Amino acid sequence: MSSILLPEPNPEIIARRDAIIADLISIVGAEAVVSDEDGRRAFETDGLTAYRKMPLAVVLPQSTEEVSAVLRYCHRNGIKVVARGAGTSLCGGALPAEDSIVVGVSKMNKVLEIDYENRVAVVQTGITNLAISNAVSKECFFYAPDPSSQLACTLAGNLAMNSGGAHCLKYGVTTNNVLGLKMVLIDGEIVEIGGPYLDSPGYDLLGLIIGSEGQFGIVTEATVRILRAAEQARPMLMGFESTEAAGACVSAIIGSGIIPVAIEYMDKPAIEVCEAFAKAGYPLDVEALLIVEVEGSNEEIEDLLARIVKIAEPFKPRTVKVSSSPAESAKIWKGRKSAFGAIGRISEYYCMDGTIPLKQLPHVLTRISEICGSHGLKVANIFHAGDGNLHPLILYNANDPVEVEKAEKAGAEILKLCVEVGGCLTGEHGVGIEKRDLMRHQFSETDLLVQMRIKSVFDPEWLLNPAKVFPLAERIMLDKAA
Amino acid sequence: MDVPGVVRPATEWELSSLIAAAAERGKPIEVLGAGTKRDVGRPVQAALTISTTSLRGITLYEPTELVMSAQAGTLLADVEGQLAAKGQMLPFEPIDLGPALGGEAGRGTIGAVFATNLSGSRRVVTGAARDHLLGVRAVNGRGEAFKSGGRVMKNVTGYDIARGLAGSWGTLAVLTEVTFKVVPRPEETATLVLSGLTDDLATEVMCQALGTPYEVSGAVHLPQVMASRLRTSELRDLRKSVTALRIENFSKFVRYRCEKLRENLEPYGKAEVLGDDVSRAFWDEMRQLSVLQGDQRPLWRISTKPTFGHKVVEAIRQYMPVDAFYDWSGGLIWLEVPVSADAGASDIRRVIAQYGGHATLMRAEPAVRAAIDVFQPLEPGAERLSRGIKAAFDPAGILNPGRMYALS
Repeated sequence: MSSILLPEPNPEIIARRDAIIADLISIVGAEAVVSDEDGRRAFETDGLTAYRKMPLAVVLPQSTEEVSAVLRYCHRNGIKVVARGAGTSLCGGALPAEDSIVVGVSKMNKVLEIDYENRVAVVQTGITNLAISNAVSKECFFYAPDPSSQLACTLAGNLAMNSGGAHCLKYGVTTNNVLGLKMVLIDGEIVEIGGPYLDSPGYDLLGLIIGSEGQFGIVTEATVRILRAAEQARPMLMGFESTEAAGACVSAIIGSGIIPVAIEYMDKPAIEVCEAFAKAGYPLDVEALLIVEVEGSNEEIEDLLARIVKIAEPFKPRTVKVSSSPAESAKIWKGRKSAFGAIGRISEYYCMDGTIPLKQLPHVLTRISEICGSHGLKVANIFHAGDGNLHPLILYNANDPVEVEKAEKAGAEILKLCVEVGGCLTGEHGVGIEKRDLMRHQFSETDLLVQMRIKSVFDPEWLLNPAKVFPLAERIMLDKAA
Repeated sequence: MDVPGVVRPATEWELSSLIAAAAERGKPIEVLGAGTKRDVGRPVQAALTISTTSLRGITLYEPTELVMSAQAGTLLADVEGQLAAKGQMLPFEPIDLGPALGGEAGRGTIGAVFATNLSGSRRVVTGAARDHLLGVRAVNGRGEAFKSGGRVMKNVTGYDIARGLAGSWGTLAVLTEVTFKVVPRPEETATLVLSGLTDDLATEVMCQALGTPYEVSGAVHLPQVMASRLRTSELRDLRKSVTALRIENFSKFVRYRCEKLRENLEPYGKAEVLGDDVSRAFWDEMRQLSVLQGDQRPLWRISTKPTFGHKVVEAIRQYMPVDAFYDWSGGLIWLEVPVSADAGASDIRRVIAQYGGHATLMRAEPAVRAAIDVFQPLEPGAERLSRGIKAAFDPAGILNPGRMYALS
């Protein structure tokens, strides 16, 4: 993929590369600076692997103070900075620029404090998402947001993208589960916002910072909510003959007053691939599959699942299967959570991330299949049905430049469709470079101006994570309007 | 509250024209919904008062998608009425400040609920108003109409400007429409009550209860002085402190959970269980802040680490006699203090500096509110950012000038 334009690097900065590296070494020490080509290669791309740019250097600080010193230096010298967690972004959110340095937080991965009484943990943001839950699981607590990449992705990246996951229908997304931050601004100033209390004073800076895609500063520590886990959780599978029936069933469940912890939808192509990979017991003779998970005591779960089976009856599910053991539950989730990996084994794919009103699901899926068909491409759909977040996976041959371009075109058409039906371009992956040029389809010039002015408050020179989120031309518009 | 001499634009365009004209002349504007919280914050000196109450009506409601949109001036009571008709509710149980400020109950607007981010007892489990805000339409201090977010549950397209406006008390922009998440109303509500606990023991009980898997959706502690002001006679007549824990769910589950929770808290005494009707009446009282009504003493709202709540109150008592009760398992303190020139601000903030958190003066005479920082003064870093944010939305500094901070 190559249709997204990236700005020309500044030759003056590139020419100063050796001096910049020497300066960085004097600030954080040689062991924290990656400057050789092989070393930098590991940082040239992220989950959107079609785009690659070698940064000038990579810095891996060990402390907030080191991050501060590096940013102060970059700010004084007009050097762009791309912050990086684990590099799992699917939208090019961590793609370096050739005239930028990368600041990775991966070495700052400690749990600093666990406080069960107050139900918070203080962690460094290089910690992986799953490691937070693992650190508190012995007391049956967990950190709620659970993106599919949770084994690898860092909290820093989750904060940047306001990540969600399969269970956010009940527990919310990152912004709902973070109470405080320590952040380094581009001029090196360290600010602390919020803390171990349920609201913070003044303007909702946490709300603005979470989801700002690494463009406001580098967050090095966070106070997150940890929650006591339910006694048990259990999923069930329901297979339907049509998208309409599955969608209507989801509406009926939610309309009945039950909020399952997760309602996941897969279409036939997705079911087939995942079943082949995970042997999860998914039915192969249906058009649409729902995984519905509920929580509570054993009796509560049985009662809830029985209610759901009853609610589903009018929609004539072809398969209804309740997990009968923890092992079976694990398999059911393994199939779903490994969907991206499983599909990746059979083909390259382009993962989209729009959100739509649930009622639009049948229409949108029909249109997606028409759009992909018109480009001669196949598609599999995974959908967080409870919250409307749709992941069409467009299959394509990465070695065929024509097909690559078609996949990008089909993706853009799908996202525009999501906006047209009342949804949005991205539900949990972020804008990055990938959806940058589609922003005008969702937002007016004024809407974007309002956002860009906040960017300028945090980073007046626009050095942090450049050329992301906003169409390149919009920056010029901001300068004129300011 | 019917505020006279107020301009009530009927459309977003009218509102943006008014603000643009005022911005050009640098003319300050007081921004109101229905005005029920007008007496919170530093008094605003403005030539023009604008209210959103003519922007009225529910514009979208999809019960099966758990989403509603309403124009900002729609009465909260109308929103809740529509939701109740479909067996749903606002997840965060917004408190009604009206009566505690000497006004009527149930007069506030939905826009103001989000503009002030005032959340009730259920916040401990479901989140605050700001957590359920999905999108807004608004007009900033430049007179520009804009939108942020949308109507879908999950949306990370662009910065989260909508959430940034939550709790900004009309100082950044005037909300014209809000879109928010709603939830089903639980089938049954029960309340476990322990009586006679000291503040520190009550805090232990509340924190322990919230660490159980039974989804306690409210944890308040009223020391005896406060409990004696309750209308719910079952609790008032105990003549002791009251520690109340709410369980909500399908009826069948409520019984089981109450029983389990009671066993869990056995070491602290035998908990009584209040049934559905009494429970709902009690938690409604909490929403109305009933125990803070009919009093004119200065009222503070303090947010701190839950286990520090009672220590904060104890420390403030070294300086002045106070009456307090605790919500959010001890993390939210409502504190009445004696009348004085600064309503105790300097001593209270000295204590806060020691324990962490923040204090807002929610009720006091205008002269007191004009003389002190009503909202917690910010740390230098946060203050610099806040100043920048204010200037980005409202460069002329015309929207509710000085109400939160003297930032411009």
